[in-house]
Amino acid sequence: MRNAFADEITRLAGADPRVVLLSGDIGNRLFDPYKAAAPERFFNAGVAEANMIGMAAGMALSGLRPVAYTITPFITTRCLEQIRVDVCYHRAPVVIVGVGSGLGYASLGATHHSCEDMAFLRALPGMTVIAPADAWEVRAALRAALAHDGPVYLRIGKKGEPQVHTGVPTDFAIGRGLVVDEGDGICLLAAGTILPVARDTAALLRDQGFSVRLVSLHTVKPLDTALLEDSFARFRAVATVEEHSLIGGLGGAVAEWLADRDPLTAPPVRARLARFGTRDEFLHTAGKQGYARAHFGLTADAIAGRLAALAAV
Amino acid sequence: MSLPWHDHADALPPPRTLADVAARLRARAVLMSHTAGTPHLGSCLSCADIVAAAYWRVLRLDPQRPEAPERDRFILSKGHAAVTLYAALAHRGFFPASRLATYNGNGDALAEHPGPGCAPGVEAATGSLGHGLPMALGMALAGRIQGRNHRVYALLSDGECNEGSVWEAAMLAPAQRLGNVCVIVDYNKWQATGRSDETLALAPLRDKWASFGWSAHEVDGHDPDALAALMDRLPDGSGRPVALIAHTVKGKGVSFMEDDNNWHYRIPKAEEAAAALKELGQEAMLAATPMVRA
Repeated sequence: MRNAFADEITRLAGADPRVVLLSGDIGNRLFDPYKAAAPERFFNAGVAEANMIGMAAGMALSGLRPVAYTITPFITTRCLEQIRVDVCYHRAPVVIVGVGSGLGYASLGATHHSCEDMAFLRALPGMTVIAPADAWEVRAALRAALAHDGPVYLRIGKKGEPQVHTGVPTDFAIGRGLVVDEGDGICLLAAGTILPVARDTAALLRDQGFSVRLVSLHTVKPLDTALLEDSFARFRAVATVEEHSLIGGLGGAVAEWLADRDPLTAPPVRARLARFGTRDEFLHTAGKQGYARAHFGLTADAIAGRLAALAAV
Repeated sequence: MSLPWHDHADALPPPRTLADVAARLRARAVLMSHTAGTPHLGSCLSCADIVAAAYWRVLRLDPQRPEAPERDRFILSKGHAAVTLYAALAHRGFFPASRLATYNGNGDALAEHPGPGCAPGVEAATGSLGHGLPMALGMALAGRIQGRNHRVYALLSDGECNEGSVWEAAMLAPAQRLGNVCVIVDYNKWQATGRSDETLALAPLRDKWASFGWSAHEVDGHDPDALAALMDRLPDGSGRPVALIAHTVKGKGVSFMEDDNNWHYRIPKAEEAAAALKELGQEAMLAATPMVRA
């Protein structure tokens, strides 16, 4: 995903002289093509994320389209107040890109995990939160983010994630889920790089005779409420799947939306909601991303087992 | 020669010196603090000469075109001195001075700290400390990218220099050779609850900025002509950003407020405000302003 990001930002910077890339001293060699193409619009801001976000806001207030990039916890929670005040309060069109989101850097330890970032950034007024599922969605999301007149947070993976799409989704739009497979029994809504796990979950459920809709709900804020209305009205079960805490991420957002629907006017809900994400705890043991996901029950077997039981009731 | 002074009901003759401008800004700050019941008056008074020098001598600005891309930028990073900034912008002609009368009222755009776009001429929302300088650097880098040579000034408080983000920015600016950036530290030796040099080890402040790669100078922060001369010498030919350590007195200009940190939070009563304006030589402004807060 980071290679797709680097390639796409290089293309976009070539096409738009307002695009500026700021990196928090990561991406060694990754941005060499960008630096060759637009050296005056690349800044290594150093290991100083608060200043980097403030600078990006100052650039945006001067008519540029800055994109700030570093490892997810350091570009979200580390400098949250700069994002809140300098970016969101000013409605500055800054694109904030966190790399290795969720458990992408599992083996680096919990300092490098980010299972709370969407909760924090989703709460900021005016912030758009997008978790692309694969490298193709990264390209589409970056294009959409730079075309969007306001702050955007892109929560991307690291490298080598399995592809879900076969090209840049032409119907990608902020706030609109991408239906990967249609069905009418169980609806899986996944945000981010966990989507392939949801796809495997769907396969297991289909083997058991369930009809499964699989959606890349890449935009966690604003939610695709039309898709949610349809899914909750027609399906027996709706499940959110994310590599993020159950507190405040996609599952939290959907639960809030569900609770806040007007009981007098909203169409009746048929589906039960199940939420899959990380528990309210840090991971204290070493291991790769697959190990960390399994620790939190984020495997196709675990998710399919629970959903099959739920849908059978 | 007189200086511009956009008035409303005060009917004052135009000021002739920057010191006169600063005295009027101080008087306006006292009145606004009194009328609206808002704190931070000591900080508003300590930076009045700096703000006067900036808006009446240094900044290349056109109040009729507040968003002109080539304008110089001034960021009040110490946003708690918003009243001094509002008064300066109004009396410099960015918006009608009558708007100062409703400052901080329910629903008014002018709050105790400047919000984004709250009034023409306000470049950035501030209030949380340590944010102005990074934004200033972004504006300066944008100017470089866009082929403009505008200058960017950021007014910081000494207490604000507690914030780590100030020093992140202080390291980046020389690395990027941002010679068109000028920091002015309003060094009034106090922060909210104590002496700034005792709270964190701030001194020697000029040496700190110099060692970070800035062209750093100490200056009398109540000599607006000296301030203006230094601020206007930007870029100064060194290729380095400029830091002016402006030695000031908190509450400057009102004897019973000077260097008394109670005035970080205290609100002047009517008789105190009246006494302050008399001491500032602003009887005419006083006569034009109804006193409401006993």
